[in-house]
Amino acid sequence: MKIKLVIGYWLLVIGLFFFWVSIGCTQSVSSTDLINNAKEYDGKIVVYAGEVIGDIMARGENAWINVNDNKSAIGIWTSKDLTKTISNTGSYKSKGDRVEITGVFHRTCPEHGGDLDIHAQEIRKINSGGEIPEKLNLSKRNIAFILLGVLCLTLILKQLKIK
Amino acid sequence: MIIRPNIADIKIIGYYLGKIILGLGFTMLVPIAMGFALGEINPAIDFFISIELSLILGSLLIKLCYTEKDLSWMEGMIVVSLSWLVAMVLGAIPLYLSGHWNSYLDACFDAMSGFATTGLALVQDLDHISFAHNLWRHLIMFIGGQGIVIVALAFFVKGVSGAFKMYVGEARDERVLPNVIHTARFIWLVSVVYLILGTTALGIVGTLNGMKPFNAFFHGACIFMAAFDTGGFAPQSQNILYYHSLPFEVVTITIMILGAINFKLHYHIWMGNRREMLKNIETVTLFITIMITFFITAFGLTQIGTYPKAMMMFRKGFYQLISGHTGTGYMTIYARQFINDWNHLALVGVICAMALGGAVCSTTGAIKMLRVGIIFKALLEDIKRIILPERAIVVQKFHHIKEMFLEDKQARSALIITLAYLVLYGLGAIMGMLFGYPFLDSLFESTSAAANVGLSCGITTVTMPAALKLTYIFQMWAGRLEFMSVFTLIGFFVAVFKGK
Repeated sequence: MKIKLVIGYWLLVIGLFFFWVSIGCTQSVSSTDLINNAKEYDGKIVVYAGEVIGDIMARGENAWINVNDNKSAIGIWTSKDLTKTISNTGSYKSKGDRVEITGVFHRTCPEHGGDLDIHAQEIRKINSGGEIPEKLNLSKRNIAFILLGVLCLTLILKQLKIK
Repeated sequence: MIIRPNIADIKIIGYYLGKIILGLGFTMLVPIAMGFALGEINPAIDFFISIELSLILGSLLIKLCYTEKDLSWMEGMIVVSLSWLVAMVLGAIPLYLSGHWNSYLDACFDAMSGFATTGLALVQDLDHISFAHNLWRHLIMFIGGQGIVIVALAFFVKGVSGAFKMYVGEARDERVLPNVIHTARFIWLVSVVYLILGTTALGIVGTLNGMKPFNAFFHGACIFMAAFDTGGFAPQSQNILYYHSLPFEVVTITIMILGAINFKLHYHIWMGNRREMLKNIETVTLFITIMITFFITAFGLTQIGTYPKAMMMFRKGFYQLISGHTGTGYMTIYARQFINDWNHLALVGVICAMALGGAVCSTTGAIKMLRVGIIFKALLEDIKRIILPERAIVVQKFHHIKEMFLEDKQARSALIITLAYLVLYGLGAIMGMLFGYPFLDSLFESTSAAANVGLSCGITTVTMPAALKLTYIFQMWAGRLEFMSVFTLIGFFVAVFKGK
């Protein structure tokens, strides 16, 4: 009984340790943190996660992607090969893939005219995005119909009075 | 004695306001067409609701206030100032219905920012907004930049002498052509020609930069509308930083400068009189003030070594500076970088540039180059009077389309408007400080709002106090209309309550 308790205790400790390590290792920095504390992060390797939005803009062997973490979007300079895993980018009709970027952060990137950016070393897809189905908003449609009636009435009244 | 306005005055104001509302309503057909073409049904319905409300209101006003009388100066000014407020209220409806604005006040803020070609924005999750709504955001800048009343003048008003009164009320005191309606149409012609050229240029650059062709040309059209009309909205949340492209920045700089030039000067350049560009007091003053303010900004940035390379200085320092000076507000840095990475001197350089603005009869806001040039010439004249013998006759000339003698009334008028702008910048800054923001941040944001620029140092967010949002809305409105029509509206309400 005592041995079981000791083993259970150590399993719990080891489990908590790995949980803490995993949290610590994958803890990504937010865009707000990067922008507000750019000096501290400048030139360091950071982990940043968010949704890929807009276009994947290929530039020769490399590409620009913009990744939004719901606060701001940050430009990621990456090799074109690393973008192959990205299949959806965020727009009105589509939710972009959620990715985790590990790379070097630049407060004012000398290679890119002073942009605040991250040069990616690794891109890991966390979640796949996909199409956002659009459902017709019935209440809006009904309001539009009622207003159309009012508008017709207004125009008819206007014509009648003129005659 | 103040005379109370009678029912005939109110009717004539209502009648012309109705016409302008109809004109504004019809412009919503553009995003509706876009929405249907791209299968964005709910956004198209948002615009249907808004156009219906606009047409109902416009038709009712025309019906109830029908008159054949022409506008007086006071009525023309009131129509203009009210038109901009009504445009804000109606233009905000589709924005609010989209669900991308937290409150109707926020939607009104962005609508006024759009119409007044400011560029400060409270939109949420812009990267997922529909094409129709995004087009509307930029279209209202295009409409506002030309002037809401200009739209009505060009397309819905025929041969009304009161048209000139509304034209002047919209902060355009120069006619390009003898007839004000022809002037309005010329302004639209210039804008549409540049729209085609600018969209093509930006679309090609975008495609070469790796964007999908449709997106590249859509962004090109939006960016052109906001850059030429010195607005500052962009289709993506990162503004111009989204494109990570030097050629894109160079093209936008060119468009911003074109937008900051007097339409009268555009006309003379189009007519082959290119020498006017080099002689005109406005272009000369613009060149000098850009040089001075850029020197201040660059000196400040060099002090702290933020951008050690010339290319970095151009793409960050010069870009924000020219964007501020032309009143556009396009940014290639994040708002908080102004505060975190720039020093006070660099910020002062940008604030001065924003406060000065572009040319009169252009789409920019702020004090404007003609006034700055005239004040400088008046100062020179006074200095000459002191230096030269008392018997000497001192005359000061300046070149603005033609050689002109500087008159005291021109200097007085320029100084009054300049003073009004300085007071407006200061009042906004005080309001910002009342809500606990630091002095320089408050002055930066206030100047940006009142001068219709749109650069932000981070104060303009959804969480800022509602009273500050209302302050900036007032500043954008008053700054865009250059005070006279706003003062007239205030005077009108005073007369309604206190007149006999």
